[in-house]
Amino acid sequence: MHYSSPIREPLIQGNRTYADITEDIAKGTEGKVGMIWVVATAISAVVALIGVLSIAYTVWKGIGVWGANRTVDWAWDITNFVWWIGIGHAGTLISAILLLFRQKWRTGVNRAAEAMTIFAVICAGLFPVFHMGRVWIGFFIFPYPNTRGPLWVNFNSPLLWDVFAISTYFTVSLLFWYTGLLPDIATVRDRTKEGSFRERVYQILSFGWTGTAKQWQRFESLSLILAGLSTPLVLSVHSIVSFDFATSVIPGWHTTIFPPYFVAGAIFSGFAMVLTLMLIARKVMSLENYITIAHVESMNKIIVLTGSIVGIAYITEFFTAWYSVNTFERWVFIRNRVADPYIFGPLFGVEPAPYWWAYWSMMTCNVISPQFFWIKALRRNLWVTFILSLVINVGMWFERFVIIVTSLHRDFLPSSWAYYSPTWVEVGIYVGTMGIFMTFFLIFCRTLPVVAIAEVKSILKTSGDQYIAKIGQEETDLHNRGVSLADKAIHDVEHHGHGGHLAGALHHKD
Amino acid sequence: MKHKYIVGIYDDDDKLVDAVKRFAQEGYRVHECYTPFPVHGLDIAMNLQDTRLHTAGFVYGATGTLTAVITMTLIQVMDWPLIVGGKPFFALPSFVPITFELTVLFAAVGMTVTYYLRNGFSIFKPVEIVDRRTTDCKFALVMCCKQYNKDDEQQAIRQLMRETGAEEVNDRLLNNELLPNLYKHGDEHAHAAHH
Repeated sequence: MHYSSPIREPLIQGNRTYADITEDIAKGTEGKVGMIWVVATAISAVVALIGVLSIAYTVWKGIGVWGANRTVDWAWDITNFVWWIGIGHAGTLISAILLLFRQKWRTGVNRAAEAMTIFAVICAGLFPVFHMGRVWIGFFIFPYPNTRGPLWVNFNSPLLWDVFAISTYFTVSLLFWYTGLLPDIATVRDRTKEGSFRERVYQILSFGWTGTAKQWQRFESLSLILAGLSTPLVLSVHSIVSFDFATSVIPGWHTTIFPPYFVAGAIFSGFAMVLTLMLIARKVMSLENYITIAHVESMNKIIVLTGSIVGIAYITEFFTAWYSVNTFERWVFIRNRVADPYIFGPLFGVEPAPYWWAYWSMMTCNVISPQFFWIKALRRNLWVTFILSLVINVGMWFERFVIIVTSLHRDFLPSSWAYYSPTWVEVGIYVGTMGIFMTFFLIFCRTLPVVAIAEVKSILKTSGDQYIAKIGQEETDLHNRGVSLADKAIHDVEHHGHGGHLAGALHHKD
Repeated sequence: MKHKYIVGIYDDDDKLVDAVKRFAQEGYRVHECYTPFPVHGLDIAMNLQDTRLHTAGFVYGATGTLTAVITMTLIQVMDWPLIVGGKPFFALPSFVPITFELTVLFAAVGMTVTYYLRNGFSIFKPVEIVDRRTTDCKFALVMCCKQYNKDDEQQAIRQLMRETGAEEVNDRLLNNELLPNLYKHGDEHAHAAHH
């Protein structure tokens, strides 16, 4: 027997009924296409085209057109890969881990966040694929019987683990997302005009979902187990991404703290991206009743937690480098990263680090900015949240840049030290992936329900404002009459066989 | 041949569950329920058999684990042993990430495919919808007229639906039979008591 306390903030505002929920969310996919959507999609598509052209140029000329050199052989490209993969972590976290933790607020944002996961992983995948140079033999990364010896892939290599981790992550996220979508696509299907083209399309997309008791029973079982599988999966993916660095012998990379630190950073940046887009979407698509301030605050709490974990990781890394008295570790952290020309350089008595600005951008954006969210008023302020979410995404990009470039640009042989700056091609690909991501996201917003309709309906009776107000009122009345809630519940069960007087909340399982 | 069903439409999930319980008490077997979201306790009230999807998931997962370990061992120990970084050929710790990923992949893909197949999902076969509103805000309780084929039985069913708060009671003719459900054994007694 679950009970929702009236002190919990409602997650569905505006006195909505089941029918209202369907109407509010499904109407986003119906009617005429809005002007804002057309303009936004056109811009995104043009930006995506820049990316496609930059990629085509890279394939045509070879990766020599990038700024990467023999010393800094991983640069923007891998930075962007890790950044996008990180952004993809919020979706699975929200839909899987928060499902296991029974966090009801997940229902408002899980659908869009999972969609972002899928689009972000697509964008991420482009980078290592085109970094291979000769993409047409890219399938060599998969172990299959071949005529080259047979020459197999190396199962000791984290780069190969990554191939498996990313492809599994993409597949499982896609299945989880799409299966969750079935009931909602059916909802949209059943609102179309009978015999119309739209009906046929949604009929196909819905796989003939009808919502029988057995379908739901299996659906619940499948969701729970997929959530249970995705939880370690989401933690493993970024751990394995971090192994790409951590199993090397490069100072600045080979730190054992990397897996948890990368996972926290991934969730941190993922939530920031979800907030950036959902704050716009809730406004444009009038979803304020379903993505409430309470949702935003919950996400901001996760941001302050993961942001602080990331901050502690940065400081631990630095402390360990100093404490180790290892010349190379100290060199990387002090001379390549921390030493700025104004404070720390003079303090340590060293030359300023070539990339000091990247390090300090990272520290400012990732460690200092989320700390504002300790203040409740700022957590609940939409403008502050929006701006900080952008700042965090910039910061998380710099984090990957700092890790990759500052550790590489001065290697063990001073004669090969180099400076790295990107060419327009690299910038074009990066900006282009943002266009690809946004184009996918906008098409998703227009064609599929952005909020999980069925899931929101299932929490209406425990989290709808009218029900919470009713429970609160009943409790106050009982309190005034000197009856405790427990006595009332026992009385109800004994005399009516159920706790029905409390608006269904008492006999409504979570 | 058309198949006839009696469909009771309810406007609330709690009313539906209470109605299903009432039908069970009276010794009826509820043929099907349609709801817009998962209603907890409905499968229990309908006396549906538990799903075995999780067991299938375990089998798929275990298959993935074995596939990964065996394949990697065959390749790296038997077919083409190669010393990498001084590690042994059978480097079990190195195998952990891929073994884990394949376990998850096999379990997730296997379960999802099983789920789609067992539900009879298809993109080619258009589905007959009993009531379009059940994906929106209504809850349908469906009784099969093949099972209760006498007029007085059907009349009693309609009466019971109205008693339990159905806002509409409709007769529905379908071209295809609805998929039968599997019920728990305990149900047989309740079912027999009615006759």
